[in-house]
Amino acid sequence: MADVANGLKVTATGPAQWTRGKVAVALVAVAVVLTVLRYVGLLPDALFRIPEAMIPPAAVWLDAAFNFVKDDLGLLALTRTLTEGLEWLLDITANLMFGKRRWPFLGPIPWTAVAGVAAVIGYYLDGWRMAALGAGTFIWTALIGQWTIAMETMSVLMVAAPLAFFIGLSLGILAWKHAWVNRAIKPILSVLQTLPFFTYLLPAVIFFKVGPTAGAVATTIYAIPPMILMTTLGLQKVSPEVVEAGNMSGCTKWQLLRHVYLPSARTEILVGVNQVIMLCLAMVVLTAFIGMPGLGAKLLAMMGSFKLGRSFEIGVTIVLLAVMLDRMSKAWVVKQPEHFERDTPWWRRHWYLVTGVAVFVFFCIAAQVVPVFAEIGRTQNFSQGKEIDTLIKAFLALDPVQNTTQMIRYVLNVWILNPFRDFLLSIPTPAFILLVTAFALSLGGKGPAIYAAIFFGLVALSGWWDRSVITLYSVISAVTLAILIGVPLGIMASRSEKWSRRALLACDTAQTFPSFIYLIPAIMLFGVTATSVVMSILIFAMVPLTRYTIEGLRTVPPEMTEAADMAGATRMQKLISVQLPLALPTMAVGFNQAIMFAFFMVIVAAFIGTQDLGQELQRTLAGTDLGKNFVLGICVSLMALTFDLTIMKWATHRKKALGLPD
Amino acid sequence: MNKFKTVLTAGALALAPMTALAEDSSDPIVIPIHNWSSQIVMSHVVGQIFETMGNNVEYVTTDSQAVYESVRLGDVTLELEVWEGAFGASFRAALEKGGLHDAGDHNAVTREDWWYPMWTKDACPGLPSWEALNDCAAVFATAETGDKGRYLDGPVDWLKHGQERVESLGMDFVVVNAGSAAALWAEIGAAEADKRPVVVFNWTPNFAEAVWPGEFVEFPMWVDGCDKDPAVGPNPDALYDCGNPADGYLKKAAWDGMKDKWPGAYEVLTKISFTNPQIAEMARLVDVEDLEPEDAAAEWLEANPDVWKSWTS
Repeated sequence: MADVANGLKVTATGPAQWTRGKVAVALVAVAVVLTVLRYVGLLPDALFRIPEAMIPPAAVWLDAAFNFVKDDLGLLALTRTLTEGLEWLLDITANLMFGKRRWPFLGPIPWTAVAGVAAVIGYYLDGWRMAALGAGTFIWTALIGQWTIAMETMSVLMVAAPLAFFIGLSLGILAWKHAWVNRAIKPILSVLQTLPFFTYLLPAVIFFKVGPTAGAVATTIYAIPPMILMTTLGLQKVSPEVVEAGNMSGCTKWQLLRHVYLPSARTEILVGVNQVIMLCLAMVVLTAFIGMPGLGAKLLAMMGSFKLGRSFEIGVTIVLLAVMLDRMSKAWVVKQPEHFERDTPWWRRHWYLVTGVAVFVFFCIAAQVVPVFAEIGRTQNFSQGKEIDTLIKAFLALDPVQNTTQMIRYVLNVWILNPFRDFLLSIPTPAFILLVTAFALSLGGKGPAIYAAIFFGLVALSGWWDRSVITLYSVISAVTLAILIGVPLGIMASRSEKWSRRALLACDTAQTFPSFIYLIPAIMLFGVTATSVVMSILIFAMVPLTRYTIEGLRTVPPEMTEAADMAGATRMQKLISVQLPLALPTMAVGFNQAIMFAFFMVIVAAFIGTQDLGQELQRTLAGTDLGKNFVLGICVSLMALTFDLTIMKWATHRKKALGLPD
Repeated sequence: MNKFKTVLTAGALALAPMTALAEDSSDPIVIPIHNWSSQIVMSHVVGQIFETMGNNVEYVTTDSQAVYESVRLGDVTLELEVWEGAFGASFRAALEKGGLHDAGDHNAVTREDWWYPMWTKDACPGLPSWEALNDCAAVFATAETGDKGRYLDGPVDWLKHGQERVESLGMDFVVVNAGSAAALWAEIGAAEADKRPVVVFNWTPNFAEAVWPGEFVEFPMWVDGCDKDPAVGPNPDALYDCGNPADGYLKKAAWDGMKDKWPGAYEVLTKISFTNPQIAEMARLVDVEDLEPEDAAAEWLEANPDVWKSWTS
């Protein structure tokens, strides 16, 4: 707390800030001198890039360490045992959902039964609309002919999501109980959240066998962090009065946790559950690279044979599943537990459970009689793959579309992107680090600046400097474009309630739509070039910018805007001098997320064809190069963390200074 | 459950040497599938053949390079498409480590090289000779490549040495690496609309042949050692100055334990041999007819009983 107060003083008082600015200017000046020296050919090569010979063989050391842990300490034997347990669980869900020939030999559950139960749950949570969404999603999946693959995906998520929930909850409780756990876990979580997913995938395969087990493990690990954070947050917020009441009624420690703390933190924990589900769905396509069957694998196969229509349909299914699960879990957050009078009969208290079971049994029996209820045959489905294919391709080939994109491609590639990349690559490594440090210093202060220097220094020592700079260049270019488009969109949408809602819905959809599907149209429009890469990142990075701009502007306290109105400000004046400054800290959070998303997507964009870290990461996936894989992942993570720390620090400062709540 | 499995396996292994006619294990034979159609359908075809013999079969999606490590460990049982050019290196590396072996070649041959769709010939009539291609390099120029032509090579990790070939033969081309097969198709697909000439990396057997008719560029004929000895090939000072071999092998690989665990299925695996037209037909059923791979496999088996029945009897 004292730290924050100090920081505030620094921002508030003039001279201190001036010093900070001065240091930053000095750093930039040194960087410029170094770069100019390089241009005129006076800078020794050793100062331009760290010489090969001086780069520590981190990958080799890491490999040795991994091998030691894996073989000598017997971790592989342990994880392979765990794999068998996990496989047993996955076999059960696989049997139930799509009838894999494993114990308990009961499945597959007919699709009508699943849809029926989803409708009952939806109705229980939030009435008819939710029921329609629940049933509709599953009916769509069945009719479009994707039932089996969708259930392959669900059978893994049904294991991974609860696993992530329980591990996250336990770690969250531990972190709340013991300060040292919290301190230990925080940095690990930050790294985990910025580590590119390819870095999870390879260890998952090596330790947990290729296939659904590795997919489940990678998904679980990816989904745990928010669960931990939300649990800790919820438990910290529990008011002391409630705890006292628990103590007075003589609760044991366990009872206190089970009946007092956890129920009081219910809302936060459920928000965590929502996050877990969304992250699990985000991994559906990515885990296909390590043998996870289902929608993701099918999508990759479809893209491999250039079937845009079918890929698009799979994308829609994933979005529908995500939207349904998201809405349902959010409705569950809002829904408070129901309480009944004494002596209410059992069936009345569990009315929805009874209905659900009845619907389930009914359809299971009906499916025995009417085969369509059990399974929609291959030739009976309504897939419009070919038609959508033709439509997309015809649209992309339209003359106006082609002409516009050709021009954008030319301007961006030839005048902006390639020169910008070459410029960044021409800056000597030490100068680059100084520039980033100066940026962190002027925005975030001393702390972030020190981290920036250390983190980028490590990246330089990793031996992947050029690729790291190219990665960073794609991120910066895409985020800059995303700001130019996303922020004005957000400002316009924030003017009315209706448009805000629509824009937010569009954001949700764009975010859950599997990013891989953007890649093909991007290539068809812009070729295998830097423009395609930037464009596909742009779509993804715009989402948080637009969302947080809307949220920031709409939560500006009404007193402030009223005051501006009374002072006779025009709409533009009000926006520029009142609303935007107040919304800026929130928008900064969106900006930060945009950068994080961009770092995520730039790795995916390796599938277009890049020369950055993503390409090398993708290459390691095919082998067993754990050390190199890890070094590359850490490079991405370190760069992302630098921005994360700096921007978040700035946003907190601003909020405090403006007297806004967190 | 697992102990039971182990006992069964141990029993099967112990009995195997005694009689060649030992029963196949009831454990599922795990067949890997990758992300291109011919391989997926072929895997289902073979899987369904095994099923007619009473075996249990399971399919698992894996990376096409990493799969050899899995075969070696026995996590998957076999691999049906080992391409000389694309996977030869991974296969040989796994072979050296031990655990898997060569289960014979298909009749089909594979070829991977620079390729163009037919409409390109209108803009550059001298094709398929590589000299003619080089003479009309300007036709393939794009905004970023200036007056040089643009050649879209496969992903870097496929190690296709396009860059080296351009240098060794002194061609006026800029080599751009696509990030995935999908990126290659997207480029061809985009060029198709206005019949723009393109030259990209491609291979056969492949679905693309059915969608976009085209030809391979004829480079100086492959001579053994072209990739190791600079003296070989037209340029005496450079490697990779020849085209790729026009008749690369297409192999099957099997886990060493397969022979003992599923002797019947193994016997069939060694006999299996598909031809180029057969593989193209399998890919066509999925890529053009839009069948699901399982159904395509069933259809193919139904249409060609004389081909596969001889392997099982």
